[in-house]
Amino acid sequence: MSNETLSPYLTHLRRWVQVGGPFLGLILVCLFFAFARDEFGDPARESIFKPGNLKTVMVQTVVVAVGALGMTLVIVSGGIDLSAGSIVAFTSVLGARLISSGWSPVPVVLVTVLAGAGIGLLNGAAIAGFRLLPFIVTLGSMSIVRGGAKWLGQNQAISIPNEGGLAQLMKVHSPDSLFPLPHGVWVMLLLAVITAVVLRQSVFGRHIVAVGSNESTARLCGVRVRAVKMAVYALAGLCFGLAGVMQLSRLTQGDPTVAVGLELDIIAAVVIGGASLSGGSGSILGAIVGALLMALLRNGTSQLGWSNYIQEIIIGSVIVLAVGLDRWRQGKR
Amino acid sequence: MRLRLSGIQKAFGATLALKGVSLELDAGEALAVIGENGAGKSTLMKVLSGAHAPDAGKMELEGQAYEPSSPLDARRRGVAMIYQELNLAPHLTVEENILLGVEPSRWGWVDGGRRREWARRALADLHSGIDPGAPVSALTIAQQQLVEIARALVHEPKVLILDEPTSSLTGVDVEHLFTVLERLRQRGVSLIYISHFLEECQRVCQRFVVLRDGETVGSGLLAETPMREVIRLMAGRDVNELYPRTPHALGAPMLEVKALSGRVKPRSMTFTVREGEIFGVFGLIGAGRTETLRAMFGLDPVAGGTVELAGIDVTGWSPRRQLACGMALLSEDRKQEGLLLNRSIAENLLLTRHRPVSRAGFIRPKAERYMALDWMERLEVRAQDQRQPVGELSGGNQQKVAFGRLLYHQARLLLLDEPTRGIDVGSKASIYRRIGRAAEQGKTVVIVSSYIPELIGVCDTIAVCCRGEVVAVRPVGEWTEHDLIAAAIGQANDPGQPPLNPDTA
Repeated sequence: MSNETLSPYLTHLRRWVQVGGPFLGLILVCLFFAFARDEFGDPARESIFKPGNLKTVMVQTVVVAVGALGMTLVIVSGGIDLSAGSIVAFTSVLGARLISSGWSPVPVVLVTVLAGAGIGLLNGAAIAGFRLLPFIVTLGSMSIVRGGAKWLGQNQAISIPNEGGLAQLMKVHSPDSLFPLPHGVWVMLLLAVITAVVLRQSVFGRHIVAVGSNESTARLCGVRVRAVKMAVYALAGLCFGLAGVMQLSRLTQGDPTVAVGLELDIIAAVVIGGASLSGGSGSILGAIVGALLMALLRNGTSQLGWSNYIQEIIIGSVIVLAVGLDRWRQGKR
Repeated sequence: MRLRLSGIQKAFGATLALKGVSLELDAGEALAVIGENGAGKSTLMKVLSGAHAPDAGKMELEGQAYEPSSPLDARRRGVAMIYQELNLAPHLTVEENILLGVEPSRWGWVDGGRRREWARRALADLHSGIDPGAPVSALTIAQQQLVEIARALVHEPKVLILDEPTSSLTGVDVEHLFTVLERLRQRGVSLIYISHFLEECQRVCQRFVVLRDGETVGSGLLAETPMREVIRLMAGRDVNELYPRTPHALGAPMLEVKALSGRVKPRSMTFTVREGEIFGVFGLIGAGRTETLRAMFGLDPVAGGTVELAGIDVTGWSPRRQLACGMALLSEDRKQEGLLLNRSIAENLLLTRHRPVSRAGFIRPKAERYMALDWMERLEVRAQDQRQPVGELSGGNQQKVAFGRLLYHQARLLLLDEPTRGIDVGSKASIYRRIGRAAEQGKTVVIVSSYIPELIGVCDTIAVCCRGEVVAVRPVGEWTEHDLIAAAIGQANDPGQPPLNPDTA
């Protein structure tokens, strides 16, 4: 009831922070790098904001960003998916094996992405069908799928040719200019637009939001809660599968031990992007910006010659800051 | 004069919550503070009980300046507040709760003997028979409320403030509470009583003040002021009739419920509602009314019996299918179940039926905006725009949105569970008008309510439930308030023993 006394000014500020927060963060980070000096006392901006380096940052963003698309859907629906990193590893090994047994790129991508979707569907079935906690179910599948990846790769990385074929997807041409961007970046941007429109403007998107905001209300209003949850986890698996393809293309090898802890990066990107872990709100655009922000921080601080541990401390702080901002935005005590 | 307030002001940021409130209270007097939600009642009470300091104005307690620094300070000076939501620690015992924070101690150790003694004395004042050693979680809500009052009594209060004390109580417990309050008043305790229920205020208090938009707009003796005048003061406009009767014709049977039973409740519900009928369901809390609606709508499992909607057997169908058939439910709990609190008004209104505002599964933003604004105007929802999160609205406006969803859905059978609980008079009147209009359009309405004047004012027919069964169904003209209560506690056929004092008016 006391919300009535909340001034419209504050309300608008909160609304604005939800939309603009991640951008504000990105601008602050850019400003910081614009004035920072590296270990030799030279301005770091020349190396960081070089077109070629920006391209590198984008390529480094792609895997996390594609994963973040699916993770945003899951988090908005009130869930969480910890198996993301394992699915990325599994699908990259699967893709590598298919290629080394002579498949051509298009069917490889299709099968790999569908395999990701299949694993996601199993997650969703366990969560929606047996009403289990998403955290526990995906914690389990994180381990199961990781094991599956190691079995599939016989415990070793499988290399693919680093010219043509699938490697083309993430290949960086003319490393000194921003364009042409690798195909993978365009694929990511296109998918982001599609996912954002679906989440914001489709009836299905409204149902996802409703389930995450208040499951009881969703049920009361005739939303097929279980079907929505299954679809959301399947779509997330699909995104993780695609992220696995990107990963494979970038590293030109399918490594079952890769992407350990990647799910945390993905979740961090989504949260920095303004999503609430309690469900019911989140933004695709924000998540992409969140992924970009983290990649820029990693890249920039290493250009400055800062140690790895400082990067980790900074990124951790950014996540906590983002969550704090989210709390304030929601006006909780 | 025990308490005197003049020109109290309080601002939060740019919003003036209190613009100038004055009131006076004599010893042993009960004063009703009346006002719509957002009128400033809660803020005023927080100022009085020391939770907020006023920005301007004077407060005097028994002729001395009264400037409490905290709720505890206010309590020590003799002003105690009982909040609407109970503030007890459920795992502690009754006596531990009563003396929480003010435990009698010796060298830092709680003096158990003295604590028990004090708690006993406070409880004895209430004639409650509550065991001071029992854990609070083992008590009923009504008993817990008495513990709250006992906690206030420990300090020998001069002024006791009660905020909606009956909101979670049923008939018998309300009566007991009123007896307790009357006894306190006769001992010289002054009471400030806040309630949406004007009948209760008339019952408990002698005088009233009306707050509107942070100002005192009227005061007087309750016995001498017609209710209509009080409502006019509250709403700032003439609420000609709180319960407008719209003429409407009754048609063929629309809803037939036969021996419906759930897992635990209801046991066996049988009733028929005709097309265009406004059908009230009364009963005590726990009689199985809410459970009946939920089982009918498919939210809870059906154990036996049938539900027929316009001749079609819809027993046990999911809410989705029921909605498709034109049945819709307004939940009694708008915060936990009724609304997506963090989402916009538009999303909440249109959630059950996106077809009119979408094409090929995608929402058309313009159509959505116009549709939402149109409905907000029809429902008289006060908000910034259609994008404002529902959680930021006042209770009354939230309820209008939750109820509006059923109308927008064009449901032909509306199941309303406590449709006006905890909302202000203006919003109530607006919802009653919409219910009348719906019936006029041939829609069928089932209202579950614990608020008798509302059922008598709005319904064509009232059914009474007791222990999971319908015990009586009569046209509204054949019911009196007393009969309803008697039937609800299962004593309708025992005229020799009227269970409650019927002369409440």
